[in-house]
Amino acid sequence: MSGRVLVGVKRVIDYAVKIRVKPDNTGVVTDGVKHSMNPFCEIAVEEAVKLKEKKLIKEVVAVSCGPQQSQETIRTALAMGADRGIHVDVSGKDYENLGPLQVSKILAALAKQEDAQLILLGKQAIDDDCNQTGQMTAALLDWPQGTFASEVSLEGDKINLVREIDGGLEHIKINTPAVITADLRLNTPRYATLPNIMKAKKKKIVTVKPADLGVDVTSRLEVLKVEEPPQRQAGRV
Amino acid sequence: MALRSAFTRLLSNSRMSVAVTASRAQGTAVAAQKGAEEAKKPAKPAKVAFNWRDALNLEGQLTEEEIMIRDSFRDYCQEKLMPRVLMANRHEHFHREIVSEMGELGVLGPTIKGYGCAGTSYVAYGLIAREVERVDSGYRSVMSVQSSLVMHPINAYGTAAQKEKYLPRLARGEIVGCFGLTEPNHGSDPSSMETKAKYNPSSGTFTISGAKTWITNSPVADIAVVWAKCEDGRVRGFILERGMKGFSTPKIEGKFSLRASATGMILMDEVEVPEENLLPNVSGLGGPFGCLNNARYGIAWGALGAAEFCFHAARQYTLDRIQFGVPLARNQLMQKKMADMLTEITIGLQSCLYLGRLVDEKKAAPEMISMLKRNSCGKALDIARQARDMLGGNGISDEYHIIRHVMNLEAVNTYEGTHDIHALILGRAITGLQSFTVEN
Repeated sequence: MSGRVLVGVKRVIDYAVKIRVKPDNTGVVTDGVKHSMNPFCEIAVEEAVKLKEKKLIKEVVAVSCGPQQSQETIRTALAMGADRGIHVDVSGKDYENLGPLQVSKILAALAKQEDAQLILLGKQAIDDDCNQTGQMTAALLDWPQGTFASEVSLEGDKINLVREIDGGLEHIKINTPAVITADLRLNTPRYATLPNIMKAKKKKIVTVKPADLGVDVTSRLEVLKVEEPPQRQAGRV
Repeated sequence: MALRSAFTRLLSNSRMSVAVTASRAQGTAVAAQKGAEEAKKPAKPAKVAFNWRDALNLEGQLTEEEIMIRDSFRDYCQEKLMPRVLMANRHEHFHREIVSEMGELGVLGPTIKGYGCAGTSYVAYGLIAREVERVDSGYRSVMSVQSSLVMHPINAYGTAAQKEKYLPRLARGEIVGCFGLTEPNHGSDPSSMETKAKYNPSSGTFTISGAKTWITNSPVADIAVVWAKCEDGRVRGFILERGMKGFSTPKIEGKFSLRASATGMILMDEVEVPEENLLPNVSGLGGPFGCLNNARYGIAWGALGAAEFCFHAARQYTLDRIQFGVPLARNQLMQKKMADMLTEITIGLQSCLYLGRLVDEKKAAPEMISMLKRNSCGKALDIARQARDMLGGNGISDEYHIIRHVMNLEAVNTYEGTHDIHALILGRAITGLQSFTVEN
């Protein structure tokens, strides 16, 4: 086994920002708005780095799909302990229409290319709340999937997983290679320390295009309109 | 006509945005024609939005690394320090653990190269100080003392053995240090200090006697960098360790400022200090002043962090509080105060950034640091007081935090060189005439 883990990290609007819809209702305002790593992706990175510190895996590769700024998100993953990064360059209209189906195709292609033993993702992104990428990636690779993981432990070439489901907690055992998506209580992500942030500068980030991986990022979905939820009315006592 | 043909061509495309461009382009025929023909050329530069949180785009002047350092540390400060500070301040309790936590994050002595330190830029140090002081000036004092007043003198003036012995443990926050310069009778006037160090050739030790006061960290410190006058009349630095006979650090009671950090005296009653503990590479007041300048630079950034907190808190409060049927923020008196706060903070930060870049290039003079420490502290104190006033009665409650900053900034304005003393430093630089003493 290669001992290599692929971690997907998505650049999203920061959770603390007040979201505003663009005046033309085609989307939300992203220009000049603070972005950061999706919180569930942070948890995924933390889990991968922990596995490496326990010497259960050998290398953590952080992957992000998006424009040039996605490299900042990869840099944060490197500062948390990932070894190297792959930036899949998608910008402009392609980026606006990028969704779980295209990303999962990209991740599947990368997993094969990098001979990954494990793919760790956040359970969902806080901007689209799709909760699909992990599941689609596993299906494309025909790998087992452990979603909504709140506990992960490696046992030889199998993985013991606890999943948070509606009815409670589900314990499963899956084979590797596998896809795991992280839920909130899996761990508490570390703060990137100063020395690690400075070391991250020297770690490599490679840029590739979706076409290089044989992936077509045309979307089959078309956004018709984006609008704000109706204003809250005052209540009556 | 050129204009009409261009206009029709543009309108045939049903896109709304192009029509907007066309109507705007009606101003000049040449512009309209150019716009239509050179469709490949990029559109007019986007309108620059004013961001009151970062009015002069400080963000755009930082490197990616500095932004990451600031963001990571800001998260720690807001998530781990902010929840503690209310009770810590109310009950005057110092959380010693924060030194270890900051050590783990690598923010202690961040500008030092080697010895387990990060070796980052002075701008990053400033950003770190700003984030801590946004929470509390007492916490930032602890960080400044450890980094600039203990680790820096050992690094700049110490022997290799001393650096090996102390710096890594100080960097990890395993041990806490303090800086002993100020005395009960000599604050702004350190050159007439009464603490004496007498050399004993027979035992290879120094006997140090005297008292230091207003020493941040001293009640909990494991080591103290103490400045004493030797027999040749020169001031030198010594590393004293807890456990040395005659060394005690009583706590100063009744403080209303910097309550979340521990402050005390250093009492030395014939303490025997081995000569290996002398900092050999400096003598005279240049030693302590070098340290103070290092700390003052951090304070210049830090005070603005406290001011920013007060400004943002006052803004939110006045937006939320409704009196006479409208938010307080609707009032001109409130807006004027906020405009003044915004201006001073923004200008102050720009000057601190530029100073940081100069320090990193080793092109900064001490008077520059004096100027900005004085400016940041004075303005921050004003801003905090104004903000307190804007909160009305709620402003005196520590639950709203602003009054704590008001109290803290009184000390911050005073220590590391009072507002007036820095004025004299600048006055001497401006006129060539010193006005510290009555003699010429």
